Amino acid sequence: MTTKFQAALDSVTRVRGVRGAMLVAGDDGLVVAESLMEGIRGNAVAALAASLAKRFRRASETAAYGLPQFIHLQASQGLLLAALAPSGMLLVVVAEADINVGLARLEMLRAGEAVA
Amino acid sequence: MTQTRAVEPWTLEPLQRFVAESAARLALLTTTSGQVIAQHGFTRAVDVMSAAALGAAIAASTSEIIRMLQEPAFRVLAHQGQRHGIFLARFGTPRGAMLALVVYGGDSSIGLVQLFFEQFARDLAAACPAPEPARPVLAADFERDLNESLAALFGR
Repeated sequence: MTTKFQAALDSVTRVRGVRGAMLVAGDDGLVVAESLMEGIRGNAVAALAASLAKRFRRASETAAYGLPQFIHLQASQGLLLAALAPSGMLLVVVAEADINVGLARLEMLRAGEAVA
Repeated sequence: MTQTRAVEPWTLEPLQRFVAESAARLALLTTTSGQVIAQHGFTRAVDVMSAAALGAAIAASTSEIIRMLQEPAFRVLAHQGQRHGIFLARFGTPRGAMLALVVYGGDSSIGLVQLFFEQFARDLAAACPAPEPARPVLAADFERDLNESLAALFGR
C-alpha cells in the first residue's frame, strides 16, 4: 500500500517546478504519505490545506455546485494545488509559481485515481 | 459569548491565540494533577472541574500503561467522534508538566489542532515565569485559593 502511495506521489513530483506532494487524510488533515523537498513543513501544509479544502467544500455545497474537484491557490511566490481523490484523501502539491499547472493537474488527477 | 479565562495570567494570551488559530471549541489547561490553570469555552464551574479531573485521570492511566511498555512519557492522546474530537496532550514548562484538553468540532481537525498546539506549547514555555518557592499548604489558604481560582475562571 505504501509503495502504491509513493508511486502516485512520484509521478506528481516529476513535474518540473513541483517542490512537494502529499496525500492527506481529508477530514483529519494528517499526512498519509509525502514526498517533499527539504524545508517544507509537511504537517503544517497538510493541516492547513485540509482546512482550506473543507471550507471550499462548504462554500461550494452552499452554492449548490457539488464537491470541489480541484483547488488552485496562487500566491506571489508559489502555488498550492489540491485535488480530491476518489478515496476521500486529498492530494496536495506545493510548487513554484511558474509551473505548468495543466500538466500538474493531470498528474494529480491520475495519482488520485491510482490511490483510490 | 464564549470567553477565555486564566488563573495564571501569563497563559491567557497564548491560549487565546491557540483557540483562535485552531478553531477549538473548548480548551482546558491544567497541571498533571488536574488543577485548573486556564479555560476557554466552558460556562459552568462543574464542567471545568469534571473535565480537569477526567483529563488528569486519563493522562495518569495512559502514563501507567506507557510505563509498563517502557515507552517514553505520555505525550498525546486523540479521540475522533462523530461531531467532536478530543485532543489531550502533556507538555513541559519551566513550572513543570501541564496538560491541555482540547475539544474541536467539524470546523477544525486533529491535524490543525496538533499543528497549532506545538506553537502553543512553545509560547507557554516562553511566557512562563520562573518557578516560585514552595509554600506550606494550609486549610484556610486552600479554600481561599479555590474561590480565587473559580472567580478568575468564571469572572464571578
